[in-house]
Amino acid sequence: MTADIGLWGVPLAILGGAIRVSTPFIFVSVGECLTERSGRINLGLEGTLVFGAMSGYAIAYHTDSAWAGTLAAAFFGTLFGLLHGWICKLPKVNDIAIGIALMIFGTGLAFFFGKPYVQPVAPDLPAISLGFWSDIPQVQAALHVNVLFLAGIALSFAASWMFKNTRIGLTIRVAGDSADAARALGINVNRVRLWSTAAGGALAGIGGAYLSLYYPGSWNEGISSGQGLMAVALVIFARWSPINCLFASLLFGGAGALGPALQSVGVTEGYYLFYAAPYVLTLGLLIATSSTTRAMTSAPGELSITK
Amino acid sequence: MSVQAEMATVIADKSGFFTEAMARKVQAILLPLAALVAGMIAFAVFLLLIGKSPLEFYQLVYKAGFGTAFSWTNTLARAAPLLLAALCVALPARLGLVVIGGEGAIVLGGVAAGAVGMLVPGLPGPLGILAMAIAGGLTGAIWIGGIGALRHYRGVNETISSLLLAYIAIALMNHLVEGPLRDPASLNKPSTAPLPDAYRIGDIPGVGVHWGLTVGIVACILAWVLIEKTTWGFAARIVGGNVKAAQVQGLPAGLLMIGFTALGGVFAGLAGMFEVAAVHGSANASLAAGYGYTGILIAFLARHNGLAIIPAAILFAGFEASSGLIQRRLDLPDATVLVLEGMVFIAILLSDTLQDRFDLFSFIKGKRT
Repeated sequence: MTADIGLWGVPLAILGGAIRVSTPFIFVSVGECLTERSGRINLGLEGTLVFGAMSGYAIAYHTDSAWAGTLAAAFFGTLFGLLHGWICKLPKVNDIAIGIALMIFGTGLAFFFGKPYVQPVAPDLPAISLGFWSDIPQVQAALHVNVLFLAGIALSFAASWMFKNTRIGLTIRVAGDSADAARALGINVNRVRLWSTAAGGALAGIGGAYLSLYYPGSWNEGISSGQGLMAVALVIFARWSPINCLFASLLFGGAGALGPALQSVGVTEGYYLFYAAPYVLTLGLLIATSSTTRAMTSAPGELSITK
Repeated sequence: MSVQAEMATVIADKSGFFTEAMARKVQAILLPLAALVAGMIAFAVFLLLIGKSPLEFYQLVYKAGFGTAFSWTNTLARAAPLLLAALCVALPARLGLVVIGGEGAIVLGGVAAGAVGMLVPGLPGPLGILAMAIAGGLTGAIWIGGIGALRHYRGVNETISSLLLAYIAIALMNHLVEGPLRDPASLNKPSTAPLPDAYRIGDIPGVGVHWGLTVGIVACILAWVLIEKTTWGFAARIVGGNVKAAQVQGLPAGLLMIGFTALGGVFAGLAGMFEVAAVHGSANASLAAGYGYTGILIAFLARHNGLAIIPAAILFAGFEASSGLIQRRLDLPDATVLVLEGMVFIAILLSDTLQDRFDLFSFIKGKRT
C-alpha cells in the first residue's frame, strides 16, 4: 500500500511539517510585526496564543463550529492586546516586563479555564487536499493544507501592502519610528499603538486556535512550548517585514518538523536534541542578525528591544 | 521646591523622625506592598466572579502556607530554590537587563550536579558536595553569563535569548537524562543514578528544611551587600541607569554585564544543585518545576533588592505550598496559583507608574509643587 520512498520521506515530511507547523508562527509574527512597527513590543503574545488555543477549543466544542472557535480566539486575543496596550500607555511602565506578566497571566487563565476541555473533542478546522495529483500517500499528506495557512499567506501580503500603500500603514510606521514626528502630524501615538497591539493580539489568538483546532488539534497545557515568543524573535530576524515573516515562519516550521520527520524514518537517537532545533535555529539567527555597532536596519526607531 | 515644602522638610528633619530620605524609603516599601494587596484583591474579585469564596481561599493559603509548624517547613523548603532563582533575575536587572531564563540554569545546574555524583562517586562526603556545588554553579554561570556576553558583544536581546536558552536547556536535560546519563535502573522516570548517601544534603538541625535555605538567605544578603555597599555594585547601578554615561566614566560595562549575569547564573545553578542533592537525590525531569519563572515575579516584587527578596520568596513559596490544599478544598484547578501570580505581577508593574507621581507623606510635609 505505502509506496517506499526511502529517505525522500525526510525532506517531504519536513515540507509537510513546515506547512503544518508554520501557520501559528505566521499569524503571531505578522501580528507582532504590526505591534512592533507601531513602536511597542508585546512579549505577552505567548500567553495570548495559549489563551487563544484554549478559548478557541472551548467555544468550538460548545458551538460545534471550528470557525466560531477561531472567532472567539480572535476576540479574546483582542482583549489581551487591549489590556497590554492600555497598561503600556501609562508612564514609566516597562513594556517588556508587562509582556512577561501577561504571558504568565494568559497561560494561567488558559490552564485555569481549560481544565475541563482536556478530554472533550472539538471539531477541526477544514483543510484542502492539494496533493491530489500524486499517488504517493506521503506527498498527499504533506500537501493537506489547512485553510488558515492560505489565509496566513494572504494576510502577510495584505499587511505588507498596507504598510506600503495605505494611510493606516503610514500612520503606524510614523508612530513607530518617531513619536515626536507623529505628534507633529497630529497623530495620537498612544491610540495607534493601542489598536496595533490589539490587532496583534487578535492575530495571535487565531494562531492559538489553529494549534488546538487543527495541529496538533487538541487542547492541553503543553500546547505552545514558546511559539509565541519565538514569533517575537522571528520578527527581528524578518526585519519587521510581513512577507519576510512568512518565509521565516516556514523555515521555523521546517525546523520544528525535523525531529518528528527523522523519527518517522526510524532515527530516534537524540530525539530531544532535534526537538530543540527550532530554538537553536532562532537563537542562531538572532545572534547572526544582531549587532552592537550598526543600528538594526529597518528597525522601528521607538522600539525598546533594539535600543 | 516651594517654601512651604522646604519648611516642612526642615521641620520633619528637626523632629529627627521623618526625614525626606526616610519617607522615600518607607514609600519604596509601601508601594510594592500596596501593589501586592491590590493584586490579591483583584484575584478575590476573580474568585467571586467564578463563585468561590475569597475569604476561604486566603484562609486556606494562610493555613497551608503559614499556619502551622508543618506548613512553615513546607513553605521554607519551597522558598530555598526561589531565593536563588530570584537572584538570577535581580542581579542582571540592576544593570538594566531583563533575564527571564533562570529556569535553564536551574535545570542544567541540577544535571551537572547529578552527573558529578554519578561519574565521580568515590569522594569523601563534603568534597563530593563541594564538587557538585562547583559543577552546578559553574554550569549556571556559563549559561546565564553567556546571555550577558551575547548582549554585550553582539547586542542580542537578553530577554528573548534567555528564554530560548531555557527551552534549549530543558531539551538538553531530557536528552542527557534519557540518554547518556540515564541510570538503566530508572524505569518509569528516567533519572541519573541515585547519589551516594554521603553526597546527600541533609536538613538544618531543628528546622526540618535542607541547607539550601541557609545558602539562599546568605546569597541574598551577599547580593545586597554587593549591590548596595561595594564599588562594583555602585558601578553596576550606574550602568543600569545609563550605559553610555557609564562608558564615558570609564566603567567596564561589558565586564560588569558578564560578571553580574554569571553570578546570577551561579545562584540559579546552585538552586538546581540543591534540588538534586537535597530533594530528589538524582537529576530528572522534575528539575523543570517552574522555580525560574516564579523567581522573576519575586525579583520584581522585591524591586531587585536582595534583602527584600527574602520575605517575597517566602510569601510566594507559601502561595505555592498551599496549592494542593486549595485544589482539594475549593475544587479549583492547579493553575489557580498561576492566575493569582499573574494578577499580582501586573499590579506590581502597574505600581511603577505611581512612583514619584504621588507622595504618600504629603499630608505630613504639606503640598509639594
